[in-house]
Amino acid sequence: MALMTKGEFARFKRKRELKGRIFYGLCLGAVLVSLGMLGVLLFQLGSDGYSRVNWSFITSFPSRHPEQAGIHAALLGSIYVVGIAGIVSFVLGVSAAVYLEEYAQRSKFAQMARINIANLAGVPSIVYGLLGLEIFVRVMELGRSVLAGGFTLALLVLPIIIVASSEAIRAVPSSLREGGFGLGATRWQVVRHLVLPQAFPGILTGVILAVSRAVGETAPLIAMGALTFVPFAPDGPLSRFTVLPIQIFNWVSRPQAGFHEAAAAGIIVLLVVLLLMNGLAVFLRNKFSNRLEG
Amino acid sequence: MQVATDTIIKAEELSVFYSGKPAVSNVSMDVPRNQITAIIGPSGCGKSTLLRSFNRMNDLVPTASVTGRVIFEGRNIYDPEVDPTEIRYLIGMVFQRPNPFPKSIYDNVAFGPRINGFRGNLNELVERSLVDAALWDEVKDRLNQSALALSGGQQQRLCIARALAVEPSVILMDEPCSALDPIATLAIEQLMNELCEQYSIIIVTHNMQQAARVSHKTAFMLSDERNIGGFLVEFDESSKIFTNPEDERTEAYISGRFG
Repeated sequence: MALMTKGEFARFKRKRELKGRIFYGLCLGAVLVSLGMLGVLLFQLGSDGYSRVNWSFITSFPSRHPEQAGIHAALLGSIYVVGIAGIVSFVLGVSAAVYLEEYAQRSKFAQMARINIANLAGVPSIVYGLLGLEIFVRVMELGRSVLAGGFTLALLVLPIIIVASSEAIRAVPSSLREGGFGLGATRWQVVRHLVLPQAFPGILTGVILAVSRAVGETAPLIAMGALTFVPFAPDGPLSRFTVLPIQIFNWVSRPQAGFHEAAAAGIIVLLVVLLLMNGLAVFLRNKFSNRLEG
Repeated sequence: MQVATDTIIKAEELSVFYSGKPAVSNVSMDVPRNQITAIIGPSGCGKSTLLRSFNRMNDLVPTASVTGRVIFEGRNIYDPEVDPTEIRYLIGMVFQRPNPFPKSIYDNVAFGPRINGFRGNLNELVERSLVDAALWDEVKDRLNQSALALSGGQQQRLCIARALAVEPSVILMDEPCSALDPIATLAIEQLMNELCEQYSIIIVTHNMQQAARVSHKTAFMLSDERNIGGFLVEFDESSKIFTNPEDERTEAYISGRFG
């Protein structure tokens, strides 16, 4: 006795297998389309900008002559601004996540805070630019400086870091915390010695993703008044500045073909910076998560 | 075997609630010093909840509340001026699933002494704790290796060593063998027999043979989920509970007629 005859079973099995193959094809297609787009982009950039990427492009300041224009000021500006944003948002974001997950837990206040933070992650970035303009540039009188730009980007990526860190902290098994409390550890000791080391790789991933986003942000920095033509390197926290995406935007919008090549070269530099940061993230994460496993 | 012993933990009309709903109701029992006390009963009868109220681990559950008293060394551990951290330092705990920290074997055992500010010879203390937990010979050459590389039974003995290292007077064990194979279980049971010369042990177990084998006294609990949650049916010498219980519900449970 079987549920159906051999013939019925075989026919239905062919149908099932066909459906499976179609699904497989769709999934593979999705991957190929995404990769293909990226490939076209990279090829286009490479053929336009390849000839311009060299050491003098990286060490030169912008110029009226496209063949002399370089990315030096923008590259340094990006490094300064994103460095400040990364440090500030890491400290604030991880502390906030620890508070929400370990101390406040299920209080009404914490629930409200969580919902609001999740919403903040979706606020258009230009709004953060206006906020930064008002608070940092005007009220705190930092001017349109590297520091104000860094703080603005820190605000922008803070919700991402809080959400990612919260998730990493929540993923630490509660048996670990109980083990610590069972030995007479205080909340601080449990957080410091058990929860944070375990959550660190996840937190780090979130921070690097957030900072990678900050590298590419343009609108909020334009809104708070970053320059578009900067013939000097930032010389301190209160120096005026520009960043890579603004410089690229500036070159793209010029009529001369030479500037378009410079823009393509600038994008290549930006992509290399992003690639280096993501590579660093993967390296650090593996280093920390392999440290004591088996 | 009726030996008069003094009491180390005395529960008086102890009740535990989760979100106002009773989980354990009105338990009064005297836990003897330097003996093994087993708590048995069907799943969900509140055994673990009762155990965790003996060192205030339930405080970590935001919705839990406790009424009644737990007298330990002459004071009620639920008095407002008592610090739960100190109680957990004096009354250690071993959990159902082995939960070694993702650190080296040495650092696992040294964790408790370090966080409590121990200033003596840490190497000696770690060695003694591992010897007492019958794990020293197996790990003495690889103290700096990860504790996560140990087998399940070794991990549980490491967790016992970790609890011993802060030299508690009572060790609470919440089904410590339920995730272990019979050989590892036997090792832990032998260990408990040796440990009870120096420590008082309370063990929650699903396994009635285990309770009969290792414990001096046994508490049998049942649950009335609609009204009062878990309650204590009978608490007596293990020899009596397992051969000639007073209550017919205990009789029915130990003879396997339900549960």
